[in-house]
Amino acid sequence: MSAATLPAVGEQTLASARPESLWADAWKRLRRNRAAVLSAVFLLVIGLTAALSPWLPGLADPTVQDLRMGATPPSAGHWFGTDELGRDTFARVLHGGRISLMVGLVATVVSMIVGVSWGAIAGYRGGKTDEIMMRFVDILYSLPYTFLVILLLVFFSRSILMLFVALGLVQWLTMARIVRGQVLSLKQQNFVEAARALGASDRAIIFRHIVPNTLGPVIVYTTLTVPAIILQEAFLSFLGLGVQPPDASWGTLVSDGARVLALFPWLVVFPGLALSMTLFCFNFLGDGLRDALDPHDRRDVS
Amino acid sequence: MSLGGFILRRVLIIIPTLWVIATLTFFLVRAAPGGPFQSERDIPPAAKEQLMRKYGLDQPLHTQYWNFLTHAVRLDFGPSYKFPQRQVREIIFEAFPVSLELGGWALLVAVLVGAPIGVIAAVRQNSRVDYASMAVALAGVSVPNFVLGPVLVLGLALSIYWLPPALWQGPQSRILPVLTLSTAYVAYIARLARGGMLEVLRQDYIRTARAKGLPESVVVTKHALRLGILPVVTYLGPAAARIIMGSIVVESIFSVPGLGRYLVNAAFNRDYTLVLGEVLFYASFLMVLNLIIDVAYTRLDPRVELA
Repeated sequence: MSAATLPAVGEQTLASARPESLWADAWKRLRRNRAAVLSAVFLLVIGLTAALSPWLPGLADPTVQDLRMGATPPSAGHWFGTDELGRDTFARVLHGGRISLMVGLVATVVSMIVGVSWGAIAGYRGGKTDEIMMRFVDILYSLPYTFLVILLLVFFSRSILMLFVALGLVQWLTMARIVRGQVLSLKQQNFVEAARALGASDRAIIFRHIVPNTLGPVIVYTTLTVPAIILQEAFLSFLGLGVQPPDASWGTLVSDGARVLALFPWLVVFPGLALSMTLFCFNFLGDGLRDALDPHDRRDVS
Repeated sequence: MSLGGFILRRVLIIIPTLWVIATLTFFLVRAAPGGPFQSERDIPPAAKEQLMRKYGLDQPLHTQYWNFLTHAVRLDFGPSYKFPQRQVREIIFEAFPVSLELGGWALLVAVLVGAPIGVIAAVRQNSRVDYASMAVALAGVSVPNFVLGPVLVLGLALSIYWLPPALWQGPQSRILPVLTLSTAYVAYIARLARGGMLEVLRQDYIRTARAKGLPESVVVTKHALRLGILPVVTYLGPAAARIIMGSIVVESIFSVPGLGRYLVNAAFNRDYTLVLGEVLFYASFLMVLNLIIDVAYTRLDPRVELA
């Protein structure tokens, strides 16, 4: 939680005796969870290194080939070894991480915006609107979407944009359901009544007063959506449907490495490790956030 | 509501959903650029025309759509585009048992290994066993099967030659694919079982059971388990769906001749009829499976109303 979100939320909870207590409390609880903090630190390090990798001094260019050297096992010069074309695997893993993480973050943000708006509007309006909007979600839910994503990517372009659309298309459904459930109970509360009495528009009530109060579950679910999307992207890339060469993500690196597994195992092991560690940390952080933010679980902590 | 009425109502929802999926995939596939005979561009026009007639592609779109729907109801999707001498139905019926066997074993392993781990972790909450098994479970959830698969092959097949690295011949060839496919679900089910059991073990009726002087083992197995295991039962539906998806990757890694590998190949070959047939087959299979699981759920938890 950045400091920026705190005042905004504090405004909404003025009715309680100690404003910000939920967030300050959650923050304290999270900091005590050593695994979650370590995960956050790891994610920050790997995220920053990957994002800044083109400008890092001393790092090999991931595209430079050295055919005479070919594939070499890990050494002092090449920490993760090199591939058949003599490219430095460490640099390739960082470069692949840029794409994997970017796909994960962008698709998550897209699905979060769509899902939160959809769920908030359906929950707040209620009645027929709610019925129609959520029935639509139900229908989409029942579709075997992975097949549809495969179809979309096979029959149409295999661009990164299509990948965002295909991945984001799916993930907003759960978010919409979570937010709607929250909004249904929130809209009965006095502060919403008060805002309405003051003449606030529906739009202002939904996005200024109700949505900030759903942030807890939204943050937790978002943290768990990022690894889900990274995994989906890697899955599609592994099948050859995701990121296309010359770009590479962790999924394509693992896929390429799996083909020469018996000869150059390090080409699978290192990208696989980077991918797994990242997913692991996101899951740990998500778990930690849920424990810190979910009031349902606080009973057994005390 | 009676059980019969419940099933009937669910079937009535399944039918329009399948129709939506069929329609969506049909038009998606037709709207896609590049025809099915793209790779054989140098065939003479007369032969091409004949091929188009054979597959009914010379007819107007709405006729094609109608023909597709009426035949699909009978699971008849016509001959494959890529292998014209074979019917899609034949391919599906041949490949499905293989996928079913792989997925069935994976699900079985996931429940039989995952649930006991979770229950034990819950009973010994905050012990070392609990922390260790949950950390391992979280790691298991995080390792994608397409990473785990190659690593297992490397460790167990290519360096010490314990198991065959690929193919689907003989019982030994089953071990690696099943292991690869089930690991994530073993881990997830362990987490679910732990959560469910912790919730139940706090309840008053458990305290009552303990107060009666029942031994802890009876309290856990006879009283708590039935409710505590419910999250796992609910998860079986989504788990089956995900195992089917995972099966696509695992079948590709290990060259298992199942539905998943056919789907990937069909998608690459633009084998329209095979793709359509498979997607519809998968969708109906999943929905029937979910129905069965919902019924099982109501049997386990008398509080759940059929709705």
